[in-house]
Amino acid sequence: MKSNYAADAAAQSRRTVLMFVALAVVGLLAPFALYPTFLMKMLCFALFACAFNLLLGYVGLLSFGHAAFFGGAAYVCGYLAKEQGWSPETAILAGTLTAAVMGWAFGAIAIKRSGIYFAMITLALAQLVFFLALQLPFTGGEDGLQGIPRGKLLGLFDLSDNMAMYFFVFGVFMLGFAVIYRTIHSPFGQILKAIRENEPRAISLGYDVHHYKLLAFVISASLAGMAGATKALVFQLASLTDAHWHMSGEVVLMTLLGGMGTILGPAVGASTIVTLQTQLADKVGSWVTVIIGVIFVVCVLAFRRGIVGELTALRQRLTGSHS
Amino acid sequence: MEIFGISSQALLGQLFLGLINGSFYAVLSLGLAIIFGLLNIINFSHGALYMMGAFVSWIGLTQFGMSYWASLVLTPLIVGVLGIVIERLLLRHLYKLDHLYSLLLTFGLALIAEGVFRNLYGISGETYEVPELLQGGIDLGFMYLPLYRGWVVVAALSVCAVTWYTIEKTSLGATLRAATEKPELVQALGINVPVLVTATYGVGVALAAFAGVLAAPVVQVNPLMGSNLIIVVFAVVVIGGMGSILGSIVTGLGLGIVEGLTKVVYPEASAVIIFVIMVVVLLLRPAGLFGKQA
Amino acid sequence: MKLKPIIQALGLALATVGAAQAQISDNVVKIGVLTDLSGVYSDVAGKGTVVATEMAIADFLAKEKPAFKVEMVSADHQNKGDIAANKAREWFERDQVDVASELVTTSVALAVMKIAKEKNRIALISGAASTLVTNKECNDVTVQWTYDTYAVANGTAKAVVKQGGKKWFFLTADYAFGHSLEKDAGDVVKANGGEVVGSVRHPFPGSDFSSYLLKAQASGAQIIGLANAGGDTINAIKQAAEFGITQKQQLAGLLMFITDIHSLGLKATQNMYLTEGFYWDLNEETRAWSKRFFEKTKRMPTMIQAGQYSSVMHYLKAVKSINTDDTAKVMTQMKKTPINDFFAKNGSIRVDGRMVHDMYLLQVKKPAESKTPWDYYHVRATIPAAEAFQPLSASTCPLVKK
Repeated sequence: MKSNYAADAAAQSRRTVLMFVALAVVGLLAPFALYPTFLMKMLCFALFACAFNLLLGYVGLLSFGHAAFFGGAAYVCGYLAKEQGWSPETAILAGTLTAAVMGWAFGAIAIKRSGIYFAMITLALAQLVFFLALQLPFTGGEDGLQGIPRGKLLGLFDLSDNMAMYFFVFGVFMLGFAVIYRTIHSPFGQILKAIRENEPRAISLGYDVHHYKLLAFVISASLAGMAGATKALVFQLASLTDAHWHMSGEVVLMTLLGGMGTILGPAVGASTIVTLQTQLADKVGSWVTVIIGVIFVVCVLAFRRGIVGELTALRQRLTGSHS
Repeated sequence: MEIFGISSQALLGQLFLGLINGSFYAVLSLGLAIIFGLLNIINFSHGALYMMGAFVSWIGLTQFGMSYWASLVLTPLIVGVLGIVIERLLLRHLYKLDHLYSLLLTFGLALIAEGVFRNLYGISGETYEVPELLQGGIDLGFMYLPLYRGWVVVAALSVCAVTWYTIEKTSLGATLRAATEKPELVQALGINVPVLVTATYGVGVALAAFAGVLAAPVVQVNPLMGSNLIIVVFAVVVIGGMGSILGSIVTGLGLGIVEGLTKVVYPEASAVIIFVIMVVVLLLRPAGLFGKQA
Repeated sequence: MKLKPIIQALGLALATVGAAQAQISDNVVKIGVLTDLSGVYSDVAGKGTVVATEMAIADFLAKEKPAFKVEMVSADHQNKGDIAANKAREWFERDQVDVASELVTTSVALAVMKIAKEKNRIALISGAASTLVTNKECNDVTVQWTYDTYAVANGTAKAVVKQGGKKWFFLTADYAFGHSLEKDAGDVVKANGGEVVGSVRHPFPGSDFSSYLLKAQASGAQIIGLANAGGDTINAIKQAAEFGITQKQQLAGLLMFITDIHSLGLKATQNMYLTEGFYWDLNEETRAWSKRFFEKTKRMPTMIQAGQYSSVMHYLKAVKSINTDDTAKVMTQMKKTPINDFFAKNGSIRVDGRMVHDMYLLQVKKPAESKTPWDYYHVRATIPAAEAFQPLSASTCPLVKK
């Protein structure tokens, strides 16, 4: 079937613009209809999941330790905002950088292996971070880091107002999302894809595969950290839950449910899970865990492409097109 | 008497406790190693199955008057059957896929099991009384050893020994090992491989449940008891070498003892020492201590 | 479209809304009960506190017949500060809840107190124990009603030391409450001529205490002070018996509740001292109320559950008497009004948020001495309010003017 390459490329960039515009519109209007704190939670986890997906969907590495970046950055950001009086944007930046450094350290150790060994090493390293979160005095141990001030953005905008905070969080999310998008749709991203599909071939073509994987790991970790730091400011609390391995498992589920290897999938998955947890918690209490477990099982058995993946496949079947 | 400033009483006592914990680790990681080594399934529901073993035991005792001794045999059977059902209905669809899908599926199953029990019983824990025959203890001088805890070590190590022997030294075990490496060939020789696979999963699950029964009088029977253990057990299996039966037994016991030592010196680190060891071992010996290079 | 009338109407509407703030918002007083419904403190607090709150609301509506409605919502915080904080935030921001109450588990209480302060609502603490609540972390929207670590330590530790238990080793739950209880008890031990030879911290919640108990055994202390509560205390006591520790050493449960005794049985706990703020069998009033509670829950109330009823009732009465649920005004009213109910006589709320009332030093009966179910205690002494709690002069609360 002959395809017009230029037309396809134009269509692709039109779709991209459309996607970003749609996201922006929905994001800017949503807080007027829904409870802003709930939306902020969604955005933070959406960013976390998108960052995680960069590693899982696009590089093919399942990390079971991403909570270390999420939680570690949350603690660092919270500590700097609360005890050192840093402004929100610098605190988040510090959290992000911390996660980047951790990501670099984790990656350097773990990337030598793959598959289950990679997952286990990331888990082990994350447990070390959890141990630090529990023992270091500044984290507050079991009590967590409480009463983190939201501060004034750039010294001007008081973020204790929920709406102001929402728009800031939305901005952070869009920034992170744009970074991920750009990473995937770039020569770097293409090489990652090549590595995922046929690593020996990529090596034989002369690419330093380790270096590419490590860089992807660091980006993934940094953005996960950015999400965690932001969340700490939204809820004004950093706790052990953020660094616990269950959090690592949750982000895997969000990504799987939404669609691994799709750009919007993780955000959709995260939003769904957060919605389920919030809405159901009032009605069914702790059956939420069971429902999430069932979703996990169903996804793995029958729904591996996730929501976005299935929708895309459906669209392709209906329109008979390939994009 | 003091060794390095720590009284020998304290040291020996903690080491002994470590041995007891190590026995649990050994039995649990044995089941996990069997399932992975022979079936290539990463069974993240192992902790939940251990928990269900303890609960079935407790329910059996409180509702049906099932004695502890009966429970040691019946509970692994009951939970083992459950395992077989899971394997037939759910897991077998994943054999052709990447290992990580079995990890995710079993993780989901664990969430379901824990959620259900949590809703039914809360998380504050249920009491399982030590069976009469094993109550009381012996004064060993450096510590007072409750009889039950001594029994745990004996029972766990016996089961480990029997299992190891069966897999490594009998023809059944040989068939099993052959079936994992070359299933078509073994099938062609007239052995029903799928049935073998299912049965093996059942055995692995039964071992987890057996550990649960042993644990019930020691820790509080609560829905989260497996969740706290699962990653430690995984670490043990990975360190021992993911397919190695002997590796998991030795590492399990070893870890228990190392943890005991850590509790004397730096107690807070006892929860994390295993992971430090895992990172070090995997860097130096990528396939684990006893593992075979893929 | 004429703008002016619209603007005028808007202005009027806003003014009306503003004026309405002087009364009960939406004419509903909403009480949130945030407790541990399924975990280690679910027996000492948990569902019982929800029942107690319902009783308080029902009794209030029946007796006082207020012009406003009273509603209750409840949630399980699972002993996690972040779950509690998020729930409280949701309640205050979205659901017009006026007061978050119960709040057992210190990390929960500390987190929710901060959110309450920020959102200008009230935190009514019954279950949480740490003295941090009325010291360093105090604020003017919080009341700690039922007890604190100072009060129980003062009662129990003092009694044990006076009896001859001078050398102590602490087994401590590793979070704010445990640290608080260990410190307060340790201070009392030293002030009364005893010594603390060591301590070990266990994760919260714990399950297998064997290695920690062995450490306690090796320390050679006479008394092993259990600076933990609920399920942790129960398990530690059981395992201590298992390891033969109680043959040579004595356990001191620094914070114990009647449900713990019920769970462990008199044989395991006889002669133990404990300090509580309430006992169902104290007098006719307590018996009458507890009987009603027992009918609903089939258990006798702990001090946390009784305290929950008392605090909610006091709050509702305050709201009615000044006809507003404005936080500052209600807090002032609550602090102005003395408390005289079945739970406390001549109780009052101090400037640091501490409700001071008499505490009771109790000793567990021997099995033969117990005549009816739940007949577990001898009342050894009444510790008057002025003595029971930390004096204001020693307080590190910024609200206390020295």
